[in-house]
Amino acid sequence: MKALALHLALIGALLAVQVVLPPYHYTNVARVMVLAVYAMGYNIAFGYTGLLSLGHALFFAAGMYATGLAVHSAPALLALPLGMLAGAAMALAVGLLALRTAGVAFMIVTLMFAQAGYLTILYYGPVTGGDEGFVLAREARMLAGLDLSADGPRYLTALAIFGVALLANLALVRSGFGRVMVAMRENEERSRMLGYDPFRTKLIALTLSGLYSGTAGAAYALMFGYVGASFAAIQYSILPLLWVLLGGAGTVLGPFFGALLMFYLIDLSSSVTDASNLVVGVALLVLVLFAPKGILGTIRERGARWLP
Amino acid sequence: MILEARGLTRHFGGLRAIHAVDFDLTQGEIHALIGPNGAGKTTFVGLLSGRIPVEAGTIRFAGDDITRLPAHRRVRLGIAYTFQITSIYPRLSVHDNLALAVQQRGAADLGRETLAALERVGLAGRAAQEAGTLAYGHQRLLEIAMGLALSPRLLILDEPTQGLANAEIDAFKALVRSVVPETTVLLIEHNMDVVMDLADRITVLNAGEVLASGPPAQIRANEAVQTAYLGG
Ligand SMILES: Nc1ncnc2c1ncn2[C@@H]1O[C@H](COP(=O)(O)OP(=O)(O)OP(=O)(O)O)[C@@H](O)[C@H]1O
Ligand SMILES: [Mg+2]
Repeated sequence: MKALALHLALIGALLAVQVVLPPYHYTNVARVMVLAVYAMGYNIAFGYTGLLSLGHALFFAAGMYATGLAVHSAPALLALPLGMLAGAAMALAVGLLALRTAGVAFMIVTLMFAQAGYLTILYYGPVTGGDEGFVLAREARMLAGLDLSADGPRYLTALAIFGVALLANLALVRSGFGRVMVAMRENEERSRMLGYDPFRTKLIALTLSGLYSGTAGAAYALMFGYVGASFAAIQYSILPLLWVLLGGAGTVLGPFFGALLMFYLIDLSSSVTDASNLVVGVALLVLVLFAPKGILGTIRERGARWLP
Repeated sequence: MILEARGLTRHFGGLRAIHAVDFDLTQGEIHALIGPNGAGKTTFVGLLSGRIPVEAGTIRFAGDDITRLPAHRRVRLGIAYTFQITSIYPRLSVHDNLALAVQQRGAADLGRETLAALERVGLAGRAAQEAGTLAYGHQRLLEIAMGLALSPRLLILDEPTQGLANAEIDAFKALVRSVVPETTVLLIEHNMDVVMDLADRITVLNAGEVLASGPPAQIRANEAVQTAYLGG
């Protein structure tokens, strides 16, 4: 009850804050919300199930490209769910092979898959636009009458997707299956000997993770009107890991706050120095040293044990 | 017969850890498996529970051939296993540890049934505690409780009393007696008092093979067993 109220309050606050946000931040927070959906997806696999993937950009890009390409000839209302499914399907396919490995091998295999995806995008330049990508026409970005190239509808669409994703995430981690995901992370052998199928559990978790990633990629394409290979590159596999670590792995609210903080950290530091990567590096170092469980993880440890 | 194993074999390289073992369990009995260190006891029950793949031979459980069934499927059929080396979820609460077992068995009211499972082993007062911070004896108890909470048809206990105090051992014996005959118990045990007290039948394993099998009195009198294991 307390947890549900807290998560609803965040959604409410994001709804209320639009009246005071200046245009620049209006766009930024919309962007952060979509990226937070990506981070939540990453967290389902990494934070809750213990799957350290280095290839999630593949799932994000699958959603982005599926929607971006489909929207040339189909309405956005159809292209969006197509992108979501593409993310899930890609994760399912990768999982069927990669989940035969664990630990470092899993990291390497997922990294290789994502790298292969990235090269595929570059190779099929005539379709994908190569490393330049392509821009979506304004007409293509009409989602059921909402013009996603305009600030207001874009913010509200991002908030709607974020809100649904957040509440679904909360429901997932409090469900019986959510408990089994955590059990796999904590002690796979014990879980197996309680009758839970490790492969099946991890495959479902990874597919859900891919669904979130694909959703974020698809929404990003429609909201910001650009599809590009850089979103399939290794940086976009590392970023959600950093957001989740910063916000708190294995917490429902962590991914959002991690993404928000990192976004503004880069934004602010790049306005005063060219070495914004250095600022990020220092921030992460501080985090690892003083709050290794991330923001929400630390709050949970210091008393709010009920935080999901 | 709830379980029948025939010609069960598992070698590790040149080491004949388990070799051509025939073994039966009668529904509702407490069956002790004894033998010197390295005799192959853990390996043998690993084959029964599915933790270790069978090399040759067959296992039938309640009439079905389970030889090739993965471990988690065997658990669902009713074979529970508690580890020789305590294996719990150290970072989860005692309650959550047990809830995972209760949930697997299926529960209409998870909270209430988990509490009942905690009370059964006397851990209800520590429900909120992180399992890894429990005293060693309580961790062993939690492990056994997780096996019991599955409501298994066959409960395999791998040296459950190792490291327990005498009072705890008495509580453990009462606990095991309370689950038969609904549950059949296969007990690996080095403590001969516990074995002689609880077991309806005893099987002695030595160097991967069955040395003898029968009621306690018969095993006690068996010369080969005395030489190999009981030390005369
Ligand atoms: N995975 C493995 N690889 C190689 N050898 C193994 C493996 N597991 C067990 N062994 C060997 O097989 C033999 C039987 O081991 P097992 O653990 O089954 O004995 P045990 O009867 O349970 O002994 P203890 O009473 O010490 O628990 C031992 O010699 C052991 O070293
Ligand atoms: Mg052993």
